Amino acid sequence: MTDVSAPATPPFRLSMLVYDRRYRSMTFQVIVFVLVMAFGWWLVNNTIQNLQALGKDFNFGFLFQRAGYDLPQTPIPYTSDDTHLRAAIIGLMNTVIVSILGCIAATIVGVVVGVARLSNNWLFARLMTVYVEIFRNIPLLLWILIIYALFTEILPAPSAYRGEDPAWSMVLFDNVALTNRYTSIPALGLTNDPGSLELGARVSVSWALIAFMVVLIGGWMVRTALHKRAQQIQDATGQRPTTWWQTLAVMTVPSLFLIWFFGLHLLPPELKGFNFSGGMNVDNSFVVLWLALTLYTGAFIAEIVRAGILAVSKGQSEAAFALGLRPRRTMNLVILPQALRVIIPPLISQFLNLTKNSSLAIAVGYMDLRGTLGGTTLNQTGRELEAMVLMMAIYLALSLIISAGMNVFNSRVKLKER
Amino acid sequence: MSEIHAETVAFVRETMLPAEAPPAREAGAVKWLRDNLFSGPVNTLLTLLGLGIIWFLVSHFWDWFAHSVWSANSLSECRQIIAETWGEGARGACFAVIRERWNQYVYGFYPSDLYWRPTLVFGLLFVALAPVLFSESRSLRRLILGLTTAVTLILLVALGTPVLWLIFAAAITIGATVIAERHPLYLLIFSALYPLLGVWLLWGGSIWGVIMVLVGFGLGWGAWLLAARVSPMLSAVAAALVAMIWWIGFAGAAASDAQNLIPLGITPVDSDQFGGFLLSITIGVAGIALSLPLGIVLALARRSDMFLVTSLAVMFIEFIRGVPLITLLFVASLLLNYFLPPGTNFDIILRVIIMVTLFAAAYMAEVIRGGLAALPKGQYEAADALGLDYWKAQRLIILPQALKISIPGIVSTFIGMFKDTTLVTFVGLYDPLKSMSDAVRASTSWKGIYWEPYIFVGVIFFLICFGMSRYSMYLERRLARDHR
Repeated sequence: MTDVSAPATPPFRLSMLVYDRRYRSMTFQVIVFVLVMAFGWWLVNNTIQNLQALGKDFNFGFLFQRAGYDLPQTPIPYTSDDTHLRAAIIGLMNTVIVSILGCIAATIVGVVVGVARLSNNWLFARLMTVYVEIFRNIPLLLWILIIYALFTEILPAPSAYRGEDPAWSMVLFDNVALTNRYTSIPALGLTNDPGSLELGARVSVSWALIAFMVVLIGGWMVRTALHKRAQQIQDATGQRPTTWWQTLAVMTVPSLFLIWFFGLHLLPPELKGFNFSGGMNVDNSFVVLWLALTLYTGAFIAEIVRAGILAVSKGQSEAAFALGLRPRRTMNLVILPQALRVIIPPLISQFLNLTKNSSLAIAVGYMDLRGTLGGTTLNQTGRELEAMVLMMAIYLALSLIISAGMNVFNSRVKLKER
Repeated sequence: MSEIHAETVAFVRETMLPAEAPPAREAGAVKWLRDNLFSGPVNTLLTLLGLGIIWFLVSHFWDWFAHSVWSANSLSECRQIIAETWGEGARGACFAVIRERWNQYVYGFYPSDLYWRPTLVFGLLFVALAPVLFSESRSLRRLILGLTTAVTLILLVALGTPVLWLIFAAAITIGATVIAERHPLYLLIFSALYPLLGVWLLWGGSIWGVIMVLVGFGLGWGAWLLAARVSPMLSAVAAALVAMIWWIGFAGAAASDAQNLIPLGITPVDSDQFGGFLLSITIGVAGIALSLPLGIVLALARRSDMFLVTSLAVMFIEFIRGVPLITLLFVASLLLNYFLPPGTNFDIILRVIIMVTLFAAAYMAEVIRGGLAALPKGQYEAADALGLDYWKAQRLIILPQALKISIPGIVSTFIGMFKDTTLVTFVGLYDPLKSMSDAVRASTSWKGIYWEPYIFVGVIFFLICFGMSRYSMYLERRLARDHR
C-alpha cells in the first residue's frame, strides 16, 4: 500500500514573494511600510536638524506666556495680559460661532432657494438660478471682499445717525444700526437677574440661560414622548389622537413663563456720543464673513436640496395622496424621509466646507483660530511649527467632530435596508 | 331604411368645419403669463417679489453701469469725465482701470518684452487639450484648433514675438490643425510634451534642463524594455528607479555641463514676477493635470484589499480634507523649509502647486471612490472571469466606467480648485483678485477704486468656471452610453 499524503504544498521559494498571489500583497505592504517609514524618518530628521540650526526647540510652553495683544470680539472675558492659550481658545470659539451661525443661515437660504428654483413661477425660478450660478462660479474670497467693501465704503460712520434730521436711520423698527465699523443690534436685558454660574477661569453662564436650555430640552423630550404615545395608540386602535395643541403648549408655555418671570426684554442700541451703546455692537468683520459664507454656501446647498427633491419620483406623492394622507403628513412621512436620504451626505460636506472656509476670516481681520493662534501668536512667538501643528490638529478635530455628528444623524434618516 | 332616415333628418353636414381659435385667455402670451407668472396668489406674490428685486438692482446699478468710462488715466480724471458728460453728482463706473492695468492683471510683473511667452503657452494649451477634451467630435476640434491658431498668431505678432518663435508657433498650431483632421491621436505626443515646453517657456532659462528631464524618461523607457524580458513587475520598478536616479543624481550636473559647453536658452523669469491671471491659470492648470492621476491612485489605494495601503490612503485623505487649504498654503510657505534638508530652498509657486495638488487630489479621490463604488459588482467579476490582472482590469473595464460616472464631481473639484487659486494671495503671491487689486489701489492715480477691479476679476472667474461646468455637461451627454 502506497502512502497517500495530503496534496503536497510546494516548498517556499523566494520568488514566490513576487509571483504568488498569497505572498505578493504581503511583500508589497512591507515595501510600502518601509518606504513610508523611511520618508517619515527623513522628514523628522530634517526637522530636527533645521530646528537645531535655528537654535529652536519643539515645545508648547509659549501657550502659557502672556499674549500681549487685544482681541476685538471675545465670547469670554479676555485682556492682553492673558495667555496665548486663552487667545487661541477665543479664536476657536469665534471660528465655531461663525461656523454654526453660518451653517444655520446657509441651510435656510439653501432650502428656500432650492425650493424656489423648482417653483412654477418662471421669473422667480430664473432669478434663483442666476443667484446660484453667480455665487457658485465666483471665488468666495471675492464675495468676502465685495461685501466688506460694501460695508466699509457705503455704510456711514455712526455720526451719520446723529442730529434732528440724520442722514441715515436705523432699520427693523429702530432696532438695528448699520455703520461702517460695526452693526449694532439689540441686546437682551433681564429685569429679575438671577445671577450667573461661575465656571472658573473667569467664565460664567447666566442662570436664566441655563433655565431656558433646561426648559427647551425638557419640552422637546415631552414632545417626543407625546408623539411616541400617539403612535402607540394609532398602532393599537388605528385612531391617532390629536397632539398638536399639546405639543405647542409644551414647547411654548414654559418659555413664555420664563420670559415673564425673568422680565426678558430687548435693549435697542442708542447713539451716545460718537458710538452706539446699550445694544450689542457686532464687529463688521464678523457680519461680513458670516454673510459671505451664508450666501456662498447657501448657493451650493440650494443645488443639493433641489437635487434631493427631484430625486423623489412624483409617483411617491401621488401614491401618498391616493392613500388619503394629508399634504403635511405626505411631506413628513413620504417625501422628506426619501429626500433627506439624498440631501444629508452632501450637506455634511458643505457644512465641513463652510467651517474650513471660515479660515478666510484672514481677509477681513476677524480673529478666528487662524487669526489668533496661526496669526498674531505665531508672529509674536516665532513658533511656526508648534502653532501650525496645533492649529491643523484643532481644525482636523473640528472636522471629524462635525462629520461624526452628522453621520449619526445620517444613519438615522437613511434607508433601512433589510 | 336609408331613404326613411334621409327624410327624417332635415340637414346633414358633409364637410368638416375649421377649428375655432382657442379663447383669448387660453392661448399665446396671455396663457403663458397666466400659467407661469400669475397662476395663483402665491405665484403672483412671487412674481411681484421677483420684479421688485430686479427693479431694485436696476434702479441702483443701471446708471452706474450706463455711465461707464473706458479710457482715462486716473480715478480723478474718470470722475471729471463723468461729471462733464452726465452733470455734477452723476455716478459712473470707471472701467478705464481695467484698460490701463490690463497687462498687470493678465501677466502680473512678467517682463513686458516677454509677454509673448505666456501667450504662446496659453495658446498651445488648447492645442494640447484638443485631442484630450474633444476626442470624438472632429468639427469641434477643427473649430477649437482653427480659432486657437488664428488668435494665437495674431496676438503673437501684436506682442512683437521674435521671428524664429513666430515660425515655431505657426508650425505647431497649423501643423496640429492639419494633423487633427486625419490622425488626432498623433497630437497626444504634443500633449505629453506640453508640460515641459510650457514650464520652460514660462520660467525660461537653459533648454538643457528640459532635455535632461526628457533623457530621464528615455532612460526609464530603456530600463523598462531591458527588464521586460525578465518580469513585467520588475520592469516598472527598474524604469522608475533608473529615471529617479538619473533625475536626482545626474540630471542637474549634466544640464549645467551642457549649458557651459553649448549655451542654449531663453531669458529666465523669476517666480516673483508671476502674477494676475497668468499665476492663477498656471497654478490651476498644473493642479488639475496633477491632481487627477494622483486622485485616481489614492482612490484605488483606498479601495485596495491591502490593509496597510488602505489605512495610509484613508489617513492621508481625511487629514487633507479635514484642514482648510489656507493652513496647507501656510505650511508651504512657512514650514516646508523645516521638513526639507537644510539649505534647500525651492520655488514658492512650485510649493503652492504641490499643496494645491495634494488638496485637490484628496477630494478627487473621494469623488472617484464614489464612482468606483457605484459600479455594479458584476463588472469586477466579469473582469476577473476574463482573466485580466488587477491593472488590466482597472485600465480596461473599471476606471473608464467609474470615471465616466464621476465626471460631474471631478469637474466641480476642478472648479473649486481653480477658485481656490485666489487664496495664494495670503502667502504673498500676486493673485488677480486681492493682491493685484490692492496693488492697483496702492498707486495714487487709482486710490479708492473698489468695485471695478472686483467686477472684472469676478466676471473672468465666472466665465472660466461656468465654461468648465458646461463642458462637463457636454461630456456627460457625449459619454452617455445608455438610453440611446
